[in-house]
Amino acid sequence: MANIIDDATIEYVSILAKLELSDEARQKAKKDMANMLDYVDKLNELDTEGVEPMAHVFDMENVFREDVVTNEDESEKTLMNAPERTENGFVVPKTVG
Amino acid sequence: MKQYETVIGLEVHVELATKTKIFCGCSTAFGSAPNSHTCPVCTGMPGSLPVLNKQVVEYAMAVGLATNCKINQNCKFDRKNYFYPDNPQNYQISQLYHPICLDGGIEIETESGLKVIGIHEIHMEEDAGKLIHDDVRDCSIVDYNRSGVPLIEIVSEPDMRSADEVIAYLEKLRLIIQYLGASDCKLNEGSMRADVNLSVREVGATEYGTRTEMKNLNSFRAITRAIENERERQIRILESGEKVIQETRRWDDNKEYSYAMRSKEDAMDYRYFPEPDLVSVVISDEWVESVKLRQPELRDEKLKRYKEEYDIPEYDAKIITNSKKMADIFEEATSICKQPKKVSNWLMVETLRLIKETGTDADNLSFAPVNLAMLIELVEEGKINGAVAKEVFEHIFKEDINPREYVKEHGLESVNDEGELETIVVQIVNDNPQSVADYKAGKTKAIGFLVGQGMKATKGKANPGVLNRLFAEVLNRM
Repeated sequence: MANIIDDATIEYVSILAKLELSDEARQKAKKDMANMLDYVDKLNELDTEGVEPMAHVFDMENVFREDVVTNEDESEKTLMNAPERTENGFVVPKTVG
Repeated sequence: MKQYETVIGLEVHVELATKTKIFCGCSTAFGSAPNSHTCPVCTGMPGSLPVLNKQVVEYAMAVGLATNCKINQNCKFDRKNYFYPDNPQNYQISQLYHPICLDGGIEIETESGLKVIGIHEIHMEEDAGKLIHDDVRDCSIVDYNRSGVPLIEIVSEPDMRSADEVIAYLEKLRLIIQYLGASDCKLNEGSMRADVNLSVREVGATEYGTRTEMKNLNSFRAITRAIENERERQIRILESGEKVIQETRRWDDNKEYSYAMRSKEDAMDYRYFPEPDLVSVVISDEWVESVKLRQPELRDEKLKRYKEEYDIPEYDAKIITNSKKMADIFEEATSICKQPKKVSNWLMVETLRLIKETGTDADNLSFAPVNLAMLIELVEEGKINGAVAKEVFEHIFKEDINPREYVKEHGLESVNDEGELETIVVQIVNDNPQSVADYKAGKTKAIGFLVGQGMKATKGKANPGVLNRLFAEVLNRM
């Protein structure tokens, strides 16, 4: 394993991902991430000079919809997913900014 | 103290006037019940797939062409990852690597002449939901109706040097976009939002200073004050030998100061990557041409045409075309009554007065142009006098009444029957011997008082010119 993920990196990534990891999970994640980077290193060995970066796995372009309203008021369905709600809003911890 | 120069670039977000959101068929109508315009796509449900609204691409192209940008004929979307309750997907679909428009610029008028403000790029993206803070329950409530509403972000070059230049640039941008019909661009309603990137440097320096980004600017006044405040804050820091920190700050217009928004915990690392749920947008030459052909007349062209075609003063033409709404009213009313100068006068004098008095703005004018045209015709036909017309116009402005019906219902027609008027004149002359004596003694001004009495007696419906003549005739016969 060529890559080593240090504690600072795993801490940073877990902040970005909003994850709190146990010590055990943290060690496992460090190993997994190092493996992933090794794989990326492997890919980087390939000569991609002059190869156009792929935009999408499907060879498709210009998939559009017309600007026509097709959805009705389904707020009840949307709000079914709210852990806590008011009559028509999602309640979340106080957030400013 | 050293001399400092302010360097400003803007990121302007504009909500597009589409009927539906950028990636789903939910309505974008403003003011509906919270969360009534939501679906699995715009609330980020697993397994839902976005499909791009073609009109968004068309509007973005229209704005790009009108601001002299190159259209990127192979553009793509990217994911910007961050956690925030107004962003249910935990990412925003935006364009980082291949935005739709590049390298444009618009001309603004400054004290020292015309100046081009460069536009670095314009990209398409989705708006976030809205957080309403509930202080009583100490929580926030989220409404996702705005989540997925299409935006374009117009990123300028750091070409502006003062608050005046910033306002001139924003005004110009607003007019271009309003004329295109791509957005109503209301700062106070959030359909146009400007973030100000500002740094200062010593006059003559070639390197830029460290910049800050200012958010929450909801009016031109707030923008001006925030720019002046931030310029002074940065100069104070530099003068005390410290360094400006690159950060995002939030402006509080009530307290007239700004504070740093993000804490260290919220690392600003968006981990952009190509959006796998959307395919490329490939724009053919034909598509660009067809958008070009459909571009409406923009403000500068309209201004020129008004001066030539309608022969109205440049100043008036500028004020009228400063609002798409007012320009539309002007053209439609003129096409009905064929009196461009009269229409222009009503807009320039009474309309502006009432706009000021009622604290609204020209974009909110809501009367039908036909009613203004009809009012002008009523005056022309001698059916009502100028004073009555002003009174009726106030009702047109506020309640959009039909002036012909209104005048009839309220009995406001001018008293033009000279026989009837003469009876009134004779009566007033008999009742005011002192004025008659004054007049006879050579104080011709006394006639003004008598005309005033005549207007009073006819409840303002007589033609003051006619009254004047009748009084003179009667007095001279005595």
